[in-house]
Amino acid sequence: MPVNTKFEKKMGPATREAFGRTLAELGRENPNIVVGDADLTKSTMTTYFGKEFPGRLFECGIAEANMVAIGAGLAMAGKIPFVASFSAFVMTKGFEQLRCLVAYPNVNLKVVGTHSGISIGEDGPSQMSMEDLALACALPNFTVLSPADETATKWAVRWAAAHVGPVFIRTGRPKAPVVYDSSATFEAGKAVEVAAGTDVTLVATGLLVAEALLAAGQLAEEGISARVLDIHTIKPIDEAALAKAAAETGALVVAEEHLVDSGLGVRVAQALARTVPAPVEFIGLDRFAESGSPDELLDKYGLRAPQIVEAARRAVARKK
Amino acid sequence: MLRTSNPEDLAVICKQIRRHIVTMTGAAKSGHPGGSLSAVETLVTLYWDVLNHDPANPKSAGRDRFILSKGHAAPVLYAVLAECGYTPVESLKTLRKIGSIYQGHPDVRYIPVLEASTGSLGEGLSLALGMGLAARLDNASWRTYVVLGDGEIQEGQIWEAAMFGAFNKVDNVCAIVDYNRLQLDGAVKDILDLEPLAAKWRAFGWHTLEVDGHDIPALQRAFAEAAATKGRPTCIVANTVKGKGVSFMEGNPKWHGVAPSPEEVELALKELA
Repeated sequence: MPVNTKFEKKMGPATREAFGRTLAELGRENPNIVVGDADLTKSTMTTYFGKEFPGRLFECGIAEANMVAIGAGLAMAGKIPFVASFSAFVMTKGFEQLRCLVAYPNVNLKVVGTHSGISIGEDGPSQMSMEDLALACALPNFTVLSPADETATKWAVRWAAAHVGPVFIRTGRPKAPVVYDSSATFEAGKAVEVAAGTDVTLVATGLLVAEALLAAGQLAEEGISARVLDIHTIKPIDEAALAKAAAETGALVVAEEHLVDSGLGVRVAQALARTVPAPVEFIGLDRFAESGSPDELLDKYGLRAPQIVEAARRAVARKK
Repeated sequence: MLRTSNPEDLAVICKQIRRHIVTMTGAAKSGHPGGSLSAVETLVTLYWDVLNHDPANPKSAGRDRFILSKGHAAPVLYAVLAECGYTPVESLKTLRKIGSIYQGHPDVRYIPVLEASTGSLGEGLSLALGMGLAARLDNASWRTYVVLGDGEIQEGQIWEAAMFGAFNKVDNVCAIVDYNRLQLDGAVKDILDLEPLAAKWRAFGWHTLEVDGHDIPALQRAFAEAAATKGRPTCIVANTVKGKGVSFMEGNPKWHGVAPSPEEVELALKELA
């Protein structure tokens, strides 16, 4: 069901904040939930959990590889561990451990990357994760979630805790635009059609869902009816919803705050190549960014509604 | 299985395990006999005397955990699991063959009674500490034992874990370094020297013991001391000989990752008769 026909951008809490709050709630509900962090509890927001359950938060220091493996050991002994750090660190320094100790033996570890994308802002490229979705999707057995706002993040964290198997959740640093009202429901692996449309489909994830909704509003003024799909589950991707969108709208745009050649876009293209091939335009990152405010960076690196609008025009023009 | 604390009985079992290692790597035409042979007394003492485990009830919640972090020494672990009755002895000869439960490195998908899939070096100590934390959270008395290779501890993650284990006082974990002094490319001291090894573990806050890793009573005493040590984890530096028990393999780095020929198997089995 479309939840937004006319989207107005209102800011809500950061998705990392929603993660931290939800994690603390889960801690109250289930004593088996434990947490690992690597000297970033006040940034990843695991601090909320740690304040309530100091004995169940394992501060690993600045040692992400060990943190991931400690989490795997806890999971093998029956705990439900969440390990969190900046996405740029946990997915790269911890990748080999995720591959061999978590993905390969299918261990019940939950990995939360915060401060993903360029919207971390002033810290600059060394802290910016532009490849975390590619890395997470390269891990068999993993479910990969990329929630757009507070409500979607709450669902993602709760779903991860209930699911038996490894999960990666991508969250961000800045305040996130509100996409969903608090009663929205989600299903893992099922895209949400957040706006109905017939001429083109805008496929987005994370912060770009709100930009796609803004773009849909601008396209409507031009007489182009744009459907918007929120892909909150990157893996397994909702091939059926994408095929349906391709069949019904004939052209697509994919927008993501990630390297354009290794994230959501390539997965959408693969899904369509297997089902209903259609013209697709891609919005994403193709280089290391720089320091700046999140808004300045999203503007400068072209991750905004105007770029999505332009791409939609191109996609529509490519329809036969 | 028949448990025993008698060093003579354990020595007999060690010989049988060594025969399996030689036979199975010979049949596989590949694998790692040298570092398997060096760890025999450690694993046999653990499985027949020290570990609380029951092949009839392999997943009991209170069992002690064992992790072979140096996963390439899979033959010694497979021989031990088979002789304990966890897995079939007859099929040990299928080591490394397609479809075999005896994969090149330990794989929980094929042998669910294993605690962990290992093979990528440097990771098992962290796993053991995670398990130790879980036992502590549950107020459970089970312990975790992890065997590390000497070359393996050149990996940086080992020292991340070493810091973590001592700082968090994970005293229900015991690490054993199989210090056979050889790695694939040659002598450890020539590749990247670990000395002073025991002093390093002590400096990292571990209760550290040095033993002859082929001296069964010495290993028994060390495991007892580890279990009695509170407030910090224990590291046993087990001084061993790579290829132990097969004269032409002893101390020769060639046997890190090369299997014996049929003639060499025959020769080795004569020595191990």
